Amino acid sequence: MALFGKKPQETAAVTYISNAGETRRIDVPIEDSVMEGAIKNGVEGIVAECGGACMCATCHVYVDPAWLAKLKPIEDDENAMLDSTASERKPNSRLGCQLRVTKELDGLIVRTPPTQQ
Amino acid sequence: MEDRVVIVGAGQGGFQAAASLRAEGYAGPITLIGEEPHLPYQRPPLSKEYLLGKQPIEKADLRPRAFFEAQSIDLLTGERVIEIDRADHIVRLASGGSIPYSNLVLATGARVRKLPADILSTQGVLYLRNRDDAIEIKQRLNTARSVTIIGGGFIGLEIAAAARALGLRVTVVEAQPRLMPRVVAPLISDFYRELHSAHGVELLFGSPPIPPADLVVAGIGVIPNDDLARAAGLDLALSICGGITVDQYLRTTDENIYAIGDCAEHANPYAADRIRLESVQNAVDQAKCAAANIAGRIEPYHAVPWFWTHQFDIMLQMAGLSAGAGQAVARGDPQSGKFSVYYFKQTKLIAVDSINRPADHILARKLLAANANLTPAQAADVNFDLKGTLA
Repeated sequence: MALFGKKPQETAAVTYISNAGETRRIDVPIEDSVMEGAIKNGVEGIVAECGGACMCATCHVYVDPAWLAKLKPIEDDENAMLDSTASERKPNSRLGCQLRVTKELDGLIVRTPPTQQ
Repeated sequence: MEDRVVIVGAGQGGFQAAASLRAEGYAGPITLIGEEPHLPYQRPPLSKEYLLGKQPIEKADLRPRAFFEAQSIDLLTGERVIEIDRADHIVRLASGGSIPYSNLVLATGARVRKLPADILSTQGVLYLRNRDDAIEIKQRLNTARSVTIIGGGFIGLEIAAAARALGLRVTVVEAQPRLMPRVVAPLISDFYRELHSAHGVELLFGSPPIPPADLVVAGIGVIPNDDLARAAGLDLALSICGGITVDQYLRTTDENIYAIGDCAEHANPYAADRIRLESVQNAVDQAKCAAANIAGRIEPYHAVPWFWTHQFDIMLQMAGLSAGAGQAVARGDPQSGKFSVYYFKQTKLIAVDSINRPADHILARKLLAANANLTPAQAADVNFDLKGTLA
């Protein structure tokens, strides 16, 4: 299966800071989402009930303002979903499932909200 | 007696029940038992991203193994429960052992309905339910030049869309005169007929001769796995949908045994009759509800049902249950490829289907939960502010 052939995997570091202040720095494979980086590594505070289909808003994160401009813009479905987050939507709110990790995002910092549901 | 929760079935619902018990603060032992040899995984990507080759199968895993260890969830994979002994509060395993429980959660799911043996008796027909099914279908799609799909519901149409994207000749056979007839209005069915036709899918309705193809896949519904419950003497549904009867707290007729997800026949506040729902939402929300009740935080099940299907570049999001609707009105122009259909029963809004209008969908969940007052004329008027009816 050439499609999924294993090459040495490139990663970007993403730092997750919980509402209580606990910090986890994870090397997330390029093309994985910020949500997947959390789920695969047991980062608490991200739930991802729908598995990344942009249907549930339980992977809500607050993006460190320094990184906001480097992210791809919010599309309609994410925007709609962000209107039903369990914790307050802020200007730096995003859904982790919609944030694909790229080399440019190496060093990204996100904070998880008080609650996801 | 040991205070152990045993969960039979390690799909979306079973996994969520285990995770939610911990989230509720339940500290006793949890055993999660799955028949398949794999870690618990999500089914939705099997017929979408995985078949399309957009993601490897492992991406469907709900959590890595380390999660279950960290949460002290005893995960038994490749193991089958063969009997519930209600008198002794134990489940017996196919491998010979037994496990005691104080509370038992049946998250046994459903299995595919198979075609009658007299149809296509000489051809191997494939079905998509499990991870292994998806892997086999994907392998066959990689070498086949043509596929016939029997059943024009979500699964059949998602497979059709993937197969077309992979370049196969695709024919879909649907017994009813329109696509997804059980769940959407004719307006939506018409949209999908055009969508699939425009992508080169051949659609046949009624009972035509099944066109020969390199591969035949059937998606004609599922049957709830209620055999364990039946053998244990628990009440089962009397209706044709079948399933294990539960009360509003998702308890079966044994107060220490719950049933959740595809296998649970329940009184849903958004349905006219008792019902089973086959969806991620229902599995997850019922798992949370059962976990809360087991943990002592008593609450009835009342979540708004929602569903989705992704075919080609079109996202269909559904909120509520449209069965029994007397009126359906469109908001937005179907020709634009962005519209929603609002379903009313008498004067009450009961469901909304949205095509590429995600804001309508999210608002619909809120409108339904709030039992908002909305008229068909207001729903059809794009200049009318639907949010205002929430206040």
